[in-house]
Amino acid sequence: MNLSARSWFGFLLLAIGLISTSLSASAQTIKVGIVGPFSGPFAHYGTLFKNGVEAYVASQGGKLAGKDIEFIYRDTGGPNPGLTKTLVQELIVKDKVDYLGGFVFTPNAFAVAPLIQQSQTPTVIFNAATSAITDKSEFFIRTSYTLWQVTVPLAQWAAKQNLKKVVTTVTDYGPGIDAETAFKSEFSKQGGTVVESIRMPIATTDFAPFVQRIKASGAQAVYTFLPGGPPNLGFVKAYNENGLAKAGIQFLGTAETDEFDLQKFGDAAIGLTTAFHYSAAHDSPANKKFIEALKKRDPNAVANYASVGAWDGMYVIHKMIEATGGQRDGLKALVSARSLQWESPRGPVRIDAKTRHIVQNVYLRKVEKLGGLLVNKEVQSFGPQIDYGLDK
Amino acid sequence: MQTLLNISIDGVAYGMVLFIIAVGMSVTLGLMRFVNLSHGAFAMIGGYCAALLTREAQWSFWLALPVALLVTAAFAVLLESSVLRHLYKRSELEQVLFTIGLAFFLIATTNALAGPQVQLILLPPLLAGSVDLGFRTLPAQRLFVIGAGLIVAALATWTVAQTRFGIWLRAAVDNADTASTLGIPIRTVQCASFAAGAALAALGGVLGAELMPLEPYYALKYLVLVLVVVAVGGMGSILGSLVAALALGTVETASKYLASEWGNLFFFVAMALLLAWRPQGLLKR
Repeated sequence: MNLSARSWFGFLLLAIGLISTSLSASAQTIKVGIVGPFSGPFAHYGTLFKNGVEAYVASQGGKLAGKDIEFIYRDTGGPNPGLTKTLVQELIVKDKVDYLGGFVFTPNAFAVAPLIQQSQTPTVIFNAATSAITDKSEFFIRTSYTLWQVTVPLAQWAAKQNLKKVVTTVTDYGPGIDAETAFKSEFSKQGGTVVESIRMPIATTDFAPFVQRIKASGAQAVYTFLPGGPPNLGFVKAYNENGLAKAGIQFLGTAETDEFDLQKFGDAAIGLTTAFHYSAAHDSPANKKFIEALKKRDPNAVANYASVGAWDGMYVIHKMIEATGGQRDGLKALVSARSLQWESPRGPVRIDAKTRHIVQNVYLRKVEKLGGLLVNKEVQSFGPQIDYGLDK
Repeated sequence: MQTLLNISIDGVAYGMVLFIIAVGMSVTLGLMRFVNLSHGAFAMIGGYCAALLTREAQWSFWLALPVALLVTAAFAVLLESSVLRHLYKRSELEQVLFTIGLAFFLIATTNALAGPQVQLILLPPLLAGSVDLGFRTLPAQRLFVIGAGLIVAALATWTVAQTRFGIWLRAAVDNADTASTLGIPIRTVQCASFAAGAALAALGGVLGAELMPLEPYYALKYLVLVLVVVAVGGMGSILGSLVAALALGTVETASKYLASEWGNLFFFVAMALLLAWRPQGLLKR
């Protein structure tokens, strides 16, 4: 896009913005665009988002701040920045959405930053977890987590447990490298040694060789990061079957014991240690209300980090609608969002005024069996954590 | 030395899993010359049957395994006699288009019926544990797969080379019209061979599930691995597939031990070199 085309586009957006401002002054429906994968191998994220946002609106009696809410869902498939940019442009220009939410993949979120910056559309990230996203536009607010946020307290805890030698094994792609760097830098700051850093190819199905390398490294614990779904299962199986658990090599993870697949692990998962911001087993009235609202919408709905990200994302949008009285005013909405503080299903949280990332408690959890079901039992709270990846 | 031993053990174990999931394809694509890209979907059906029977119906694994194979074979017979048989004489492109479409259809159906989650097959106590080899442990399931792979390879090779059915099959594929005039029931032979290929796919789906967990996208996710094994092994050569699977499995495992930062590079380099050396298949000159 050359310069004149760019400025024309900006003018167009501005004009549309002005027209729709005058329109939405009379209309009482707030439009929220939800962008995520609704088909293909990641479609379950779309379902989790949909359940989360719709359960939230239902729990508020179907209206937010007295306004009707219309959700417009757009399907990105997998990581696809080009398509996402087109879809979001359509949402802004044609559908004239007031707010945007969703985003599972980091590249998709990066792609829309210039669009939301120009149109001043407040955009809430429900999932994508790379620290730098909120730097790309001041209209990004994030209600998920970052790998730095959950990994740093885990590394500190590991050092306090007198673990001296740890091996890191991460899947070889963006978030995996993030996780490795976060653990290494914090753990060595605390006086520990990372004896080996193994990066596993993303298409790995047989984890036995890596598990043997972990065993051979002489480490007391393994810090690991894997993308959700089948690789998680494969790694945990290999960890158990090759006798790592028996050899006393402790498992340190983050999202690996996610509720979505947890029951499929079977008893092999019992005792796995993770540090994370949300457990469906979190004991609080807010979490009970969240799970009830989800089950009311769909008895099979899963309460996990993605659905809680969507639920809290809707809370933020709700408060922005309140603050602007339903008017389209991205800047005013953003000012109100920057000082939000509330009781989320995951515990007390707030939006950091500077980074627009959620500050939340991170918990140490162990997988336990409760009434025949596996749960992530929170055994210790590390207290409120910021995103250490942004605040360096 | 320890590493070398580890590489060979894990390499053979991984190679056998590759062979088990590819052997069904070796029968349909190699022997029947039918480009069946829905192979993975048949494996998935077998795996899902075993998962549902062991988990939901609480059946024993040893009972669920043959039942899953039979169900998949029955489904294949139904599909072959109603639709797929019309494709044998069509061009390869048409076969590819139809079967890949079928795979997508089965993915969507599986997703709608069983949901997007990973499905787990409950293993019997005998296979769930690990075996202590003295210097390291190996999952018992992996030993079972190695045994099953050897038996399947021997049985399939013997059937094709030594039995009357094998002779009929080769005759029916090479020249269907002549075979038919000689009184060979070619429809029965084709249908039974396709069903056998599907049953072998199901066996791979069930036994390979430990490494390649079952989920709706299973049908396409591992298709490349299967095609590589069959191509390197040579069309219609079951022993060739076995050798190719073991060689590629060992290369992949060695690269995980020694050079994991290179990803899957060595696997595909090995494939390219082997194909350049023996384009007709490893065991053919």
